[in-house]
Amino acid sequence: MFIVDYFIFPGFLFTLILGGWGWWLERKLTARFQYRAGPPWYQNFLDIAKLFCKEQIIPEGANKPLFIISPLVSFGAVLLLSFIINASYLYTQGFAGDVIVILYLLIIPSLFIVLGGAASSNPLATAGASREIKLMLSYEFIFIVSLVIAIIKSKGLISLVGIIDYQREYGSHIFSISGIIGFILGVFYIQAKLGIVPFDVSEAEQEIMGGPFIEYCGPLLSFFKVTKALLYFILPVFIILLFAGKNLGWHLIYKYIIMVLIISVLKNTNPRLCIKDILGFFWFFLFPLGCIGIIFAIMGY
Amino acid sequence: MGLKEKILTKSLWVYHVSAGSCNNCDIEILDCLTPRFDIERFGMQLVGSVRHADVLLITGAMNKKSLKRFMRVYEQAPKPCFVVAVGTCPCSQHMFRPSYSMEAPLDEIIPVDVYIPGCPPKPEAIIAGIVKLIEKVTKNDKRRS
Repeated sequence: MFIVDYFIFPGFLFTLILGGWGWWLERKLTARFQYRAGPPWYQNFLDIAKLFCKEQIIPEGANKPLFIISPLVSFGAVLLLSFIINASYLYTQGFAGDVIVILYLLIIPSLFIVLGGAASSNPLATAGASREIKLMLSYEFIFIVSLVIAIIKSKGLISLVGIIDYQREYGSHIFSISGIIGFILGVFYIQAKLGIVPFDVSEAEQEIMGGPFIEYCGPLLSFFKVTKALLYFILPVFIILLFAGKNLGWHLIYKYIIMVLIISVLKNTNPRLCIKDILGFFWFFLFPLGCIGIIFAIMGY
Repeated sequence: MGLKEKILTKSLWVYHVSAGSCNNCDIEILDCLTPRFDIERFGMQLVGSVRHADVLLITGAMNKKSLKRFMRVYEQAPKPCFVVAVGTCPCSQHMFRPSYSMEAPLDEIIPVDVYIPGCPPKPEAIIAGIVKLIEKVTKNDKRRS
């Protein structure tokens, strides 16, 4: 039975369809922002299927085991994550401390993108990997602050189901000062985690040709694309569950669309920042903001 | 027509190889991405790495120096990979034919799938060329591997 749970309904396939659709929505909105027509709704699925049919090349100088294993591990971590997060609001199923497990599992894809890039023995991939590490240093920090705000707001409950239940009873966290600060931090976290434009230094297409993914092709690249499609659904939903978890079920659909809209507006109104500006922005602007948020949350606002 | 070809032709990722061109064809290729022509609606994307490429768009007359580099790029592309010659230079070497630095026309070196003549070809012509490539792949079913 757990195979159905992990691979079909609340897990992989369900998340892949919604995540691929969300990714398409972001691409379509970007196209409309630039007065273009944009791709059809099934484009991301076709891309993933096409990459599976292509030839697999492993570069000669690469560290082969690490090069092969890193897309698979990052896919596996996100597969697990998609089950944990979807089960929390569909089945109200969870365990104490699952927020911390989610925090750990969310680090794995980025970490293995770095390892895979570094293993591919390409100078541009190495540059991308080192940028990704610096990016991780900045955004994971902010994510923990935003998580702490949500936990303090729900009176110290560390389980995702507990946080949702608390909001169902007392209203969403987003309608308070600290909740709004936590939500803003969460939105910037999503933007940086998915590598969308203001924070896409690690895979800048025009600059370092895709960064860590430069040597990946065929099925292994496809695993990275699947991982990204899954994250496109999981991350916005996770932030919604933490800060706007009052009405779920069908309300989740418009909440998710609003999240994608926020992501694409941020993407299309900002240029790419260089890495020192990103670090400065996250550490010296968002972190003090987060501290203020924590103080407000402790005081009960 | 197999399912593989159907999927492949609906998400062609394009890699742009400039083999010593005068930059005119390159600008016309970039024009295909602009709002007026927008090739993303056919699922095409300009990619930065040759490892992700399905189509190599070649501009410029292939001279002796760029030929070596181009062969390395061509061998790195994962197959099936299609080759499109954009502009008169890669099609027939244009006015550089008697030049001392020319090796041979492109289609004597590697198999070329579609020729798009013009100096430079209009973006409409480039899109029409890609449509011809799609027709060729889906109808003849001659996939190169």
